[in-house]
Amino acid sequence: MTADVIIIGAGVTGAAIARELSRYKLKILILEKEAEAAFGVSKSNSGIIHAGTQNPPSSLKGWLCVEGNRLIREEIAADLGLDFAQCGQLIAVFDLADLPELEIIKKEGEELGVRGLELVDRAWLDLNEPNISPGVKAALRVPSAGIISPYRFVYALVENAVKNGAELKTERKVTGIRPQKGGGFEVVAGGEVFRARFLVNAAGLYADEISAMAGAPTFKITPRKGEEYLLDKKREHLSNHILFPLPSATSKGVLVIKTADGNPMIGPTAHDVEDKADLSTTEEGLEEVLAGARRLIPSVSKSDIIAYFSGLRPVAGKDFIIRHEDSAPGLVNAAGIQSPGLTSAPAIAVMVAGILKEHGLGLEPKEEFRRLRPRPVHLFQVPPEETRRLIAKNPAYGDIVCRCELVSAQEIRDALKRGARTLDGVKFRTRAQSGRCHGGFCTTRVIKIMQEELGLPATAVSKRGRGSELIKDERK
Amino acid sequence: MKKRDLVIVGGGPAGMAAALAARAAGVQDVLLLERDQYLGGILNQCIHPGFGLHHFKEELTGPEYAGRFAALVAEDRGIEVSLRSFVVKLTKDKELSYLRPGALEEIKAGSVILATGCRERTREMIPIPGSRPAGIYPAGLAQKMVNIEGWIPGRAAVIVGSGDIGLIMARRMALEGMAVKAVIEIQKTSRGLVRNVVQCLEDFNIPLYLRHRVSAIHGRDRVEKVRVVKVDDASVDVPGSAFEIACDTVLVSVGLIPENELLEMAGAEIDFRTNTPVAPGVNLTSIPGIFACGNASKVYDLVDWVTRDSELAGKMAAEYLERPEAADR
Ligand SMILES: Cc1cc2nc3c(=O)[nH]c(=O)nc-3n(C[C@H](O)[C@H](O)[C@H](O)COP(=O)(O)OP(=O)(O)OC[C@H]3O[C@@H](n4cnc5c(N)ncnc54)[C@H](O)[C@@H]3O)c2cc1C
Repeated sequence: MTADVIIIGAGVTGAAIARELSRYKLKILILEKEAEAAFGVSKSNSGIIHAGTQNPPSSLKGWLCVEGNRLIREEIAADLGLDFAQCGQLIAVFDLADLPELEIIKKEGEELGVRGLELVDRAWLDLNEPNISPGVKAALRVPSAGIISPYRFVYALVENAVKNGAELKTERKVTGIRPQKGGGFEVVAGGEVFRARFLVNAAGLYADEISAMAGAPTFKITPRKGEEYLLDKKREHLSNHILFPLPSATSKGVLVIKTADGNPMIGPTAHDVEDKADLSTTEEGLEEVLAGARRLIPSVSKSDIIAYFSGLRPVAGKDFIIRHEDSAPGLVNAAGIQSPGLTSAPAIAVMVAGILKEHGLGLEPKEEFRRLRPRPVHLFQVPPEETRRLIAKNPAYGDIVCRCELVSAQEIRDALKRGARTLDGVKFRTRAQSGRCHGGFCTTRVIKIMQEELGLPATAVSKRGRGSELIKDERK
Repeated sequence: MKKRDLVIVGGGPAGMAAALAARAAGVQDVLLLERDQYLGGILNQCIHPGFGLHHFKEELTGPEYAGRFAALVAEDRGIEVSLRSFVVKLTKDKELSYLRPGALEEIKAGSVILATGCRERTREMIPIPGSRPAGIYPAGLAQKMVNIEGWIPGRAAVIVGSGDIGLIMARRMALEGMAVKAVIEIQKTSRGLVRNVVQCLEDFNIPLYLRHRVSAIHGRDRVEKVRVVKVDDASVDVPGSAFEIACDTVLVSVGLIPENELLEMAGAEIDFRTNTPVAPGVNLTSIPGIFACGNASKVYDLVDWVTRDSELAGKMAAEYLERPEAADR
């Protein structure tokens, strides 16, 4: 199969690039090693759409973040039906002697183009953040920051790209890349060979290996682990903003985060690790996060925790690496996409399209680019009249499968129709199994719906792809 | 909004006993809402014997015990059973909304009995660090998989916690040919009934490690092993005592939590430590006319006592319906 552009990796970076390129008359192929999109770094992060502050004014990631934030706020969230909430962020200081530090962050942010930055005092905090620690003396308010569901962001980008003609092939781990004599590449993935003139490397933690495979061993990725802990929805109103401490010499700072689903989250840690697959959480990590969160909100308790995970930031030096590799003509790297990669993705996509054009890819706009994606139904978000209308249209919206998060059988079928292939894929799209009981009640029902819709034996249903099947044998 | 005399939420043993007792005490109109597709609740997956010794003076399995009540409920024309009906809202004025396939219903009840049972505490609540592969199940989920669906979850299991469901599942999995490597309990004694320790573990030579804890779960896609540490009487790790057990399945049986989210929504007082209603007596809540019975009111270890107390709840609701002023005062 031959494409104009092959994108390796269906995380937020690859997905945003695919959608951007799908505006043009191009054949685009995305190759992903996992069973679904968004199963890499993009599924496990803080979900913050950063404003752009706290990046050096000269950095690539600084201006891409500011521009990505603008694109999400002004266009993409509405076009793609995303749950984006612009709740704003506070950077807190515990000592008024640190105010000059906030002034520097403000000045550097403004240089990057972040708007609306404002220092707020204790009286403002008393009014707007009733649970914040009395130790917090002042803060920098960053109104353009917000939150998003990271995986649903990726699914929306992928679905929209596919709607506009891009193709996603999952379970296609790229294992070989052969530069061709007359230009272009042959890519071996999952036993198949694909060809394209241009290759975009958006392989997250593995981008160094992909770049080397294509003939440009120009950087190394070091995973930096971040552990995060989600709290019960009952604590939804713990804070009204995303809370950051001013980073100190000893600690980068644990945040109190809001999430698109209502559960507050505390974290992340930041420790370099060796293993790109080490997604474990640790007792030390939990203690570090709890202590850090309590500095900001003293009432956070260990018993509030209902889930936890860790993610690995793909770090390659201090900044993103977004460039054409002259040693491998036709290869464009979008690598080292650490934080704020989720925010920057739409701007990275525009930049990558520009680099491809510079190197000879014709970008002729399609007559019709379908930029809108209808928002999927989530019963927990709709008022009763709307629920009634949905049930009248389709009785299965009244058939509740997940009781903790109020998810109906039809929402699960919708998710499967939109591409979910695994229990985690269903969970990320619908929230079924992500509440207090962790799937204790609904897992068997979800498995049965997956069997019906996908025509699978129970033994083939997996948590997140091959090797993670849930059932070893079936007794008839 | 339709009016109903008594609405009972939950069609397990508690809800069924309450419905029948309310009828016996003279209530004319009972609506029994059950979210599953059959009555019986958790008993349906408890296919082992040991139920009914007190109430029926004979030994029944869970489905047999539930079946006897379900038959009586089915015969009673004053009880309307609505299956696959999920209550999404309850107010202190006893207005309820529920969803069922094809409808969103809203009703006003004279009295409400919540018989919503328990959920299991999870791995996340302990919390056990490590990775999050496939193969970790709350014990009750594993029980449902094996007993109702005929799905065997793995080949070699370790059970965290010695709650009754975990003990019973140890035996069940052993009978299904799985290797049950160990039951790990942090307390000094088992949390389950003595008879279950004897019949489910000792008779099957399954080791029970008391004063031990699982300190991590490892595995990339599927569970590969757990790490276990011995703890002292203050629950502090004993240095140098850690060891690993290879397994592909971890069952978590570390207790139950009454499901009282509806009661909380209605504004009743809840003890958030136990998730049970704060009230002056058995089956009561802080809202007159709204009762809670069975495992939703407290965690019982025998269904016979659930039946006994839930029958009382049915009677209490009948009395309330007759003279609401008496309680509202
Ligand atoms: C703890 C933590 C918190 C964070 N918080 C934030 C935040 O709040 N805001 C923010 O903006 N950013 C945040 N980030 C950063 C953000 O998550 C990442 O920058 C972003 O998700 C990177 O996306 P990606 O698409 O580049 O990588 P990925 O999502 O990892 O995508 C790469 C994809 O490539 C696939 N792949 C790899 N190798 C191959 C191969 N050989 N063949 C085929 N496919 C392959 C992978 O399976 C994967 O799906 C955070 C990160 C972490 C770890």
